[in-house]
Amino acid sequence: MTAPLVITILLAPLAAIIACLLGRRPRVAEYANLAAAIVVFAAAVRLPADTLTGPQWFVSRYLIVDALGAWVLLCTACVYLLGSIYAVGYMRTLREDARLPRFYALYAGFALTMLAAPLMNNVGVYWISIELTTLVSTFLVCFELGRESIEAGWKYIVVVSAGITLALLGTVLYYWSGSLVIGPTYDMTWDALRRVAPHTNPVLATAAFLLVTVGFGTKVGLAPMHTWLPDAHSEGPTPVSVMLSGALLNSAVIGIVRYLDVSDAGHLGALPRGVTVALGAFSLFVAALFIVRQTGIKRLMAYSSIEHMGIIMLGFGFGGALGIAGAMYHMLNHSLNKSLMFFGAGNAMRKWGTKDIDAIRNVPRHTPVSGWLWLAGAVAITGAPPFGLFLSELTILRAGMAGRYSWAVYVMVVLLIVIFIGFLNHFRKLYFDDATVAPRDPALQAEVEENLKRNRHFPTLWCIVPMWLSLIPILVLGLWWPDFFLRFFAMVARSLNAGAGL
Amino acid sequence: MPLATHLSALAASLFSLLVIGSLLLAFVMLGSRWLKDYLLAFAAQSWLIAILSAAVAYYGGYAELYIIAALTALFRGVVLPWMILHIVRRLDVDRELHERLSPSFGLVIGALLTVFAFVVSDHLSASLGFSGTVVVLALTVMLSMKLIGFLMLAVRGEAISQILGLLILENGIFLGSQILVPGMPMLIELVILFDLLIVVACFGILVRYLVAHAGATDASSLRRLVG
Repeated sequence: MTAPLVITILLAPLAAIIACLLGRRPRVAEYANLAAAIVVFAAAVRLPADTLTGPQWFVSRYLIVDALGAWVLLCTACVYLLGSIYAVGYMRTLREDARLPRFYALYAGFALTMLAAPLMNNVGVYWISIELTTLVSTFLVCFELGRESIEAGWKYIVVVSAGITLALLGTVLYYWSGSLVIGPTYDMTWDALRRVAPHTNPVLATAAFLLVTVGFGTKVGLAPMHTWLPDAHSEGPTPVSVMLSGALLNSAVIGIVRYLDVSDAGHLGALPRGVTVALGAFSLFVAALFIVRQTGIKRLMAYSSIEHMGIIMLGFGFGGALGIAGAMYHMLNHSLNKSLMFFGAGNAMRKWGTKDIDAIRNVPRHTPVSGWLWLAGAVAITGAPPFGLFLSELTILRAGMAGRYSWAVYVMVVLLIVIFIGFLNHFRKLYFDDATVAPRDPALQAEVEENLKRNRHFPTLWCIVPMWLSLIPILVLGLWWPDFFLRFFAMVARSLNAGAGL
Repeated sequence: MPLATHLSALAASLFSLLVIGSLLLAFVMLGSRWLKDYLLAFAAQSWLIAILSAAVAYYGGYAELYIIAALTALFRGVVLPWMILHIVRRLDVDRELHERLSPSFGLVIGALLTVFAFVVSDHLSASLGFSGTVVVLALTVMLSMKLIGFLMLAVRGEAISQILGLLILENGIFLGSQILVPGMPMLIELVILFDLLIVVACFGILVRYLVAHAGATDASSLRRLVG
């Protein structure tokens, strides 16, 4: 039963790419992409249940379907579906119909690389698939061809490619450490690395782990390697920002988690987990600083992504059944919630014609439905009950208290409170500050008024429906933790040895 | 037993020569400000790495490395430099104008980084029991080319220089992996070669955008997005 699902997940985006390129008509392209997203989602939803009995391998062990991978696939599929619905409404307003088929071909291609990455059983091929996600998404980031978006695209490809070569170096060192034990040629799978780990040289294995973590950490957007992230997330078209934030980051997280598992098997002591926890805490710290002083609406969301990646790394770093469950739950909640946040930001940006927080005022008066949904999302993303992120953050905090990193828990709590206040303060201004743009810039104000008049009919239903579709699950997941999830997370924790019994 | 520890004296000195030659070429790139010189040095370095692959194939008995050697020479030694030369010609830039560090100062820092790389690799090889073998040299050059690549990325503003900086980063890994892990599955090495081609193609398109819409190929003028 699993094989057809995997084939569907990989072939549907491929079919969409071909349809986009052959169809050459904007409407054909957008519906082909949407159809692929629906098919992928339908298949990915059924995948986690299949992995409860243990991992399965396909294509002479090049593909692995395990619980961790299936979960990341589910997150990616959710975001791909939501983003594709939103893209239909959003991209039409850009008036770039001639380039839409190319956009959707790239969009489906981006989804394909992200769906492929968690399935890769060979460590080297996983690295390649992560590199491919960068290459495809660069062109999506600079799709609008403005000066800023080209700058963002350039920074993105240079910083991430340079970072990811460190991961390649780490991968080579891992292979070397294994080859000293079991001979010069072997299949470099996650399983092989884990089996050989107890016999490898600890110094070499530690160096390799650090390189890999910094390399994939660049892609995850962990501070201090996060510099590309706010630019790329804020300058790409909104459907692309959604995919970057909700899906791409997770597909790189899975690499770090698997290497963490390998180094647990090698008994490398406290260093690997310590580094993971420290990177997570530092990301939270950097995100808190920049969230408080942020002036751009989409950059605000981007720094919030850095924050949540930090939290996820803390969860996996704390380890234990609780930490892993919390981190995985957080992945799904964050994917859904951050989609909602970017949808709201994209709607506001289109409506007001600016990304400047100070120029956007009285949101609920101009966009009632989208506005209130966005506000609910803002409350949810800062970790307030009764939404899913509250539950997952609480679980991670509890996991941290049980382990040896209780200092990180206190840091996390303080920073979460800072972020809560800073983030919602921006929303207070957006929603309830009656003052319009500061009078020192009358030109901007006139432009905003003009934009508001011109975009009277935005956002359309295409741009509001995905907001409902992401808010409802976050609310449900906050009130009710399904029994299946419990069994599933327990299964993942077992397969990762519950973080080596920490 | 890994290949590197039981080499004949001739093979060991040949390997050392090739590895040190590549490192020298990295310094040539660091010390020059003419884009064509970079490109030539990069092509020569790739050829040295190709010869190294062939040598490893011959002495270690890894037949598939001959294929890698041929492909390295073809892709990294001919196709990639040609593609970049094409971009350089189109853009009509022939020298680095916006370095943040004079070439001579860059060389000094590069030397310091190499010393650092040596200390790290010496420590690492000692813990593995490989002191005094070609492994130390391979690790040193691998790490120092990595660091020199990052240095070039940091101090050079021209878009082409940044592409070349990235390519040096990968050349370092390629060179090291030939000696350290000659048995690494061929599939991976092949795909990484192709991957590199795609990277450069992407950069080519991006540079074209840069000229068309930002008006310059100087990546250091891209500084609007901060905070």
